[in-house]
Amino acid sequence: MNNTLEAKGVTIWRGETLLLDAVDLTVGPGEVLQLAGANGSGKTTLLGALCGLAELDEGEVHWNGKLLHKDRAAFADALLYLGHRPGISGGLTPVENLELFCALNGGDAANIESVLDELSLGLQSMLPCRVLSAGQQRRVALARLRLQQRKLWILDEPLTSLDTAGLDWVRTRIAEQAAANGSVIFTTHQVLNLDSVPIQTLHLEASA
Amino acid sequence: MSKPQSQNESIGLIALMLTIIRRDLLLAVRHAGQWLNPLFFFVIVVSLFPLGVGPGPNTLAIIAPGVLWVSALLATLLSLDSLFLRDRRDGTLEQLVLSGHPLSVIVIAKVLAHWLLSGLPLLLISPLLGVFMQLPVTALSTLMISLFLGTLTLSLIGAIGAALTVSLNQSGVLLSLLVLPLSVPVLIFGAGAVVAAASMLPVLGHLSLLAAMFALALALAPLAAAAALRVGVSAGS
Amino acid sequence: MQRKRVNPAKLSTLSASFSGQEISVFKWIHRFASPPFVYRLAGKLTPWIGWLCLASLLVGLYLGLVVAPADYEQGDSYRIIYIHVPAAWMSMFIYVVMAVSSAVFLIWRMKLADVVAMASAPIGASFTFVALFTGSFWGKPMWGTWWIWDARLTSELLLLFLYLGYMALRGALEQPQSAARAAAILAIVGVVNIPIIHFSVEWWNTLHQPATITRMDKPAMHISMLRPLLVMMLAFQLLYFHNLLVRLRTGILQREARAGWVAKLAAGEVNG
Repeated sequence: MNNTLEAKGVTIWRGETLLLDAVDLTVGPGEVLQLAGANGSGKTTLLGALCGLAELDEGEVHWNGKLLHKDRAAFADALLYLGHRPGISGGLTPVENLELFCALNGGDAANIESVLDELSLGLQSMLPCRVLSAGQQRRVALARLRLQQRKLWILDEPLTSLDTAGLDWVRTRIAEQAAANGSVIFTTHQVLNLDSVPIQTLHLEASA
Repeated sequence: MSKPQSQNESIGLIALMLTIIRRDLLLAVRHAGQWLNPLFFFVIVVSLFPLGVGPGPNTLAIIAPGVLWVSALLATLLSLDSLFLRDRRDGTLEQLVLSGHPLSVIVIAKVLAHWLLSGLPLLLISPLLGVFMQLPVTALSTLMISLFLGTLTLSLIGAIGAALTVSLNQSGVLLSLLVLPLSVPVLIFGAGAVVAAASMLPVLGHLSLLAAMFALALALAPLAAAAALRVGVSAGS
Repeated sequence: MQRKRVNPAKLSTLSASFSGQEISVFKWIHRFASPPFVYRLAGKLTPWIGWLCLASLLVGLYLGLVVAPADYEQGDSYRIIYIHVPAAWMSMFIYVVMAVSSAVFLIWRMKLADVVAMASAPIGASFTFVALFTGSFWGKPMWGTWWIWDARLTSELLLLFLYLGYMALRGALEQPQSAARAAAILAIVGVVNIPIIHFSVEWWNTLHQPATITRMDKPAMHISMLRPLLVMMLAFQLLYFHNLLVRLRTGILQREARAGWVAKLAAGEVNG
């Protein structure tokens, strides 16, 4: 049960629509899972359920054998979640945003400058994030992948607005995470090929 | 590369609150409109009453406590939008919810930061507005004390409403409908204290009740707001 | 993927989220968590309660309007209390029911509790409105104005706002699940506030109107005046239950529209 995320029978209704119907999945150390499906098939909702953000109508999600809400602190220690929106404050600079994450969630703040340089954000590190482009904001959020050591990554469309260099960077990070026995669950509309690591795929179909 | 730093346990509750307060204050300083607008609203609304009612000092003095208190209440209501809405829109709210720290403590920190930006300026300018409304000078200190306790309580109560409506795009009127009935006790005793002070009557009773309401709000409102925030982050994306 | 219908048996596990264990002593309650069971039960009870309600209304009105003697001070106009007081009492009672079922919904995830809360809100709001309306009618012959800010009416007005806020919040949130949970939180916050609001308004009223002696709730009454009041209280309770059961059935059908038992029911009713 070490560092394994397990979902059993996850069922979520959105009003009259059955969005997720008894979904089961297991992601263990070193595994990379891609959720695939058309728009509206429930990918983001499923990711939300796996993080403990969304309420399940039926089913359970376990981390290390325990229900998510039973030990929120332990799960929070293990989880790094990047959502649809970058999750950074527009009024703060990239450095301030990342320092905040490190202060709240743990992470090595000393490396912030070097990681921003890696992501070609060195010049922008002192500008408020709201003047950055969508791709740049996404990269600020992605910097957490480097700064915070987490066992489980749940990434919702992490490749949005990224250029080729950004895609490569994310690809490398995911491969490193898998090699270090961490897990990754992500969704994307783009094609992501990892050389060394097999990607499992779970297809979600929108119900009629 | 670096060694992983110790995780969530490393930050205590006070440090957590200070971090969040600092963040919210920093954000507000860079968006001056957020905290200046309610202040201007307060001043303007109070100034409207002499224009509407007539400048007779006796009338103004009688209605002064109520006018000042209701205007402060409305100004606080106006400022509540900024409490959670922006964080929800840019995705930082869900990060806070997922951070593993007690959400009610995070709520208290945000409410405190919000009060420093909205309640405190109201309270500081209130003596001036009291003079505008011909309030006897003896009542001015009671006005400030009652507004101090009252705006803190209103921020806490308002946080519940703001959290319940956080997933809505246009929440203004609904927020007022939810928060105003709950604020009535604070209004009654707050204005009542100022009325008593203006008539040279004892105010300790009113102020103690205000303090009791603040204590109750401090104990319960963060829990309700935290629960509502969890509902809010799960509603849609 | 095959669509699964909601299995009533699955609702039988009522585990309080904070204890994490099945509370076995409550297992018998899980029959009441089953929508088809409650649907049928409500259907059987409704006509009985309806007739009982009608009977007690007629008895109460007869006793109140015809049999009870005219008041010494107010003449016949006091008789409005036979509507006003029960309505005001019901408005409070229903809010408490709403809050309790909201708490049950939040803690035990019992969806039927939420249906009860949602169904009760408009009924409670209507009773509140009736109390305000009749209170205002009473005020006219007494004080000559159509509205008076006495403690009772002011409290009822604020209670009406609480009801309207609950219904507005429910309506504003698009997804029914979030709307239900948010409204449940609001109902609980409201019920905590109601005593505080009551107390504050009472105090405010005595402060500003020291000369007001006449109160609008039950004065010390002769038994011949009290008896109709008690009958009307019973009648209004039955009226609430009747309305609640009818709305409950509709609410259950709406929620369970995709479930197998509802389809069978619809087919049976179409054929039979």
